[in-house]
Amino acid sequence: MSRGLKTATVILAAVWLVAVVPADAKDKIKVGFIGPLTGGVSANGLGGRNSADLAVRLRNADAKAKYEYELVVLDDECKPNVAVQVATKMAAEKDIIAAATHYCSSTAIATVDVYHKFGLPVVVWGAVLPDITYRNKYAEVHRVNGTMINQNEANAELVTRLGYKTFAVIHDTTDYGKGHNEYFSAALAKLGGKIVGTFGVGADQQDFTAELTQIKALNPEVIYFGGLTPIGVRIRAQMDKLGIKAVFDGTSGIVSDAYIQGLGPLAEGTLAFREGAPVEKLPGGKVFMEKYTAQKYDNPPEAYGAFAYAAMDLILDSIEKVGPDRRKVIDDLAKVKNRDSIIGKITLDDHGQNTVSFITKYVVQDGKFVVWEDSEYASGKRKLPRQK
Amino acid sequence: MDIGLLAQYIMNGLMVGMMYALVAVGFTLFFGVLDIIQFSHGDVLTVGAFTALMTFLGVRAAGVGSGSILLLAMVIVAIFAVAALGMLIARYLVLPLRTAPALNTLLITLMLGTVLRESVRLFYPQGANPKPFPGLLPTNSINFGNFNLRLDNAIMLTAGTAVIVGVELLLNRTKLGLAIRAVAQDEETARTMGVNFTAIVLIAFAIGSALAAFAGIMNGLYYNEINFGMGLYLGIIGFAAAIIGGLGSIYGAILGGFLFAALQTIGTVALPFGSAYKDVFAFAVIIIFIAWRPTGLIQEKISERV
Repeated sequence: MSRGLKTATVILAAVWLVAVVPADAKDKIKVGFIGPLTGGVSANGLGGRNSADLAVRLRNADAKAKYEYELVVLDDECKPNVAVQVATKMAAEKDIIAAATHYCSSTAIATVDVYHKFGLPVVVWGAVLPDITYRNKYAEVHRVNGTMINQNEANAELVTRLGYKTFAVIHDTTDYGKGHNEYFSAALAKLGGKIVGTFGVGADQQDFTAELTQIKALNPEVIYFGGLTPIGVRIRAQMDKLGIKAVFDGTSGIVSDAYIQGLGPLAEGTLAFREGAPVEKLPGGKVFMEKYTAQKYDNPPEAYGAFAYAAMDLILDSIEKVGPDRRKVIDDLAKVKNRDSIIGKITLDDHGQNTVSFITKYVVQDGKFVVWEDSEYASGKRKLPRQK
Repeated sequence: MDIGLLAQYIMNGLMVGMMYALVAVGFTLFFGVLDIIQFSHGDVLTVGAFTALMTFLGVRAAGVGSGSILLLAMVIVAIFAVAALGMLIARYLVLPLRTAPALNTLLITLMLGTVLRESVRLFYPQGANPKPFPGLLPTNSINFGNFNLRLDNAIMLTAGTAVIVGVELLLNRTKLGLAIRAVAQDEETARTMGVNFTAIVLIAFAIGSALAAFAGIMNGLYYNEINFGMGLYLGIIGFAAAIIGGLGSIYGAILGGFLFAALQTIGTVALPFGSAYKDVFAFAVIIIFIAWRPTGLIQEKISERV
């Protein structure tokens, strides 16, 4: 190599270094997301995935951020056995510092031990079973959304206030549905409502005519449903086929655009309940929706998108503060108090549970989940089935 | 029990049983001609239901408002499209594996089922969500006490019966049926008698798959809701029904379909806390049936040559 060429090479290398190094200065940090991306409730999983992705993208676009984040996404299919596998995979990968995990209660409860064993800090973004945070006292497990206890108390309170006295309960036989059955039945018993029949059903059952025929004979005023959108749609449609006139009283599991799309006009008058305020009423809800729309995702954020965003944002805040270290992130999350977020102030109690107690009541009116207090049903302009 | 209520249970059972029977007949037909289990059959049904829904949306967008024309278009397009799909499966996946172990066919159709199911989910707009299916039949209903007889259910039951009777006549009264039965009994002899083996297999797959499409549309009209996973469960039940009926026997498949529906209904109604365990109960009884009659309730006339 001639001397001139050598010099040129050295200069070129120097230029290359100067040009490349500053752009690469931020360390790459991996964070995780787990939700149901395939299967019946994948609409909610995809909405949550997109929302968590949005949190990561916005952070990466922020010049002040110390690190560059990469989101690792895994699919739990809303099945506990699959969830344990993917949770183990994520927890075993030491590069992943923390994760926002699970929409389905059955998968969230199945995986808490895995996160505890591997010491991976997680923030649950959608599952509502109380046991997820309260059965054990695992420092690794946190949750930004509320639990089904508060939800079912609000539910029982509203339906008894409307004057309904007899109820039939249909619930899916996962931890989620069984939990709803338990807490709703307890809340209703305190208020004097009478449950005339309880039916456990498969989480992907197609035909409910046998159960509903029995319910028809029992003639309740309200059919309470503890389960998720896909079978909620089927049960509501088949109620109509059998000519059952009763209020369809659902849970947070059916608060999704898919429920209304699946039923059309039949969705009218369905009740549902969810922790926290609706997206458009959240402190940061409007900004969240604007940013979300700007990214042109294929699916809407659905009911728990804002929680997934908040969960991921909480994780990123902690990593920014204490650095990419699982142990330190866990310690930092333990100290979260009155932290501002798009879902309102977040305070995690000693079980890692966000102490939101606010429950929004919904009724479907003209193809939309309308907040009960703003609806024509509350004002008396419209009446629910068999309302006095 | 109240008579009206009993009638309602029977009606519910008949509707579900009819769908199971239609699926089971497909399984038994495939097994008859080729001695294979076509495990993607349930997902072929899903494709049929979604094809019908797309046809409905397309034809309605073209400005046709009449319910009967819409329904006719849906049935025709779905049945022909799915019959073609069945023939493609037979021609390019099943027939090339004729000489391979039976396990390979089983696996390849099982995987094809996943491909079909996931394709519907991914390529149909918002395919992961349950889709409303139009109710195009008249919904007049008569109430006899607790029994609510709906005209649409009666029409579907009649149509289903007509289809099954039609297939039965086709198999037992026509030359084509004779050829199918000949292939089912003895492929080589049938060939030497001048039966075009490949053509007969393709036709059998077309008929079986068309039945699945019909069941898919019936499912949509009955529940007014379809979803990408509907075929999986129907496929398993249809397969179980075909087995207890006796694989290879049309009557067995029909019997098996209605038997399974009856078991599920009994499981829900008669057992305490039954509803959660109705499938456990139904499948447990099926296991007992299989242990008792391994070749099915109605056996294939010609047993396997040794």
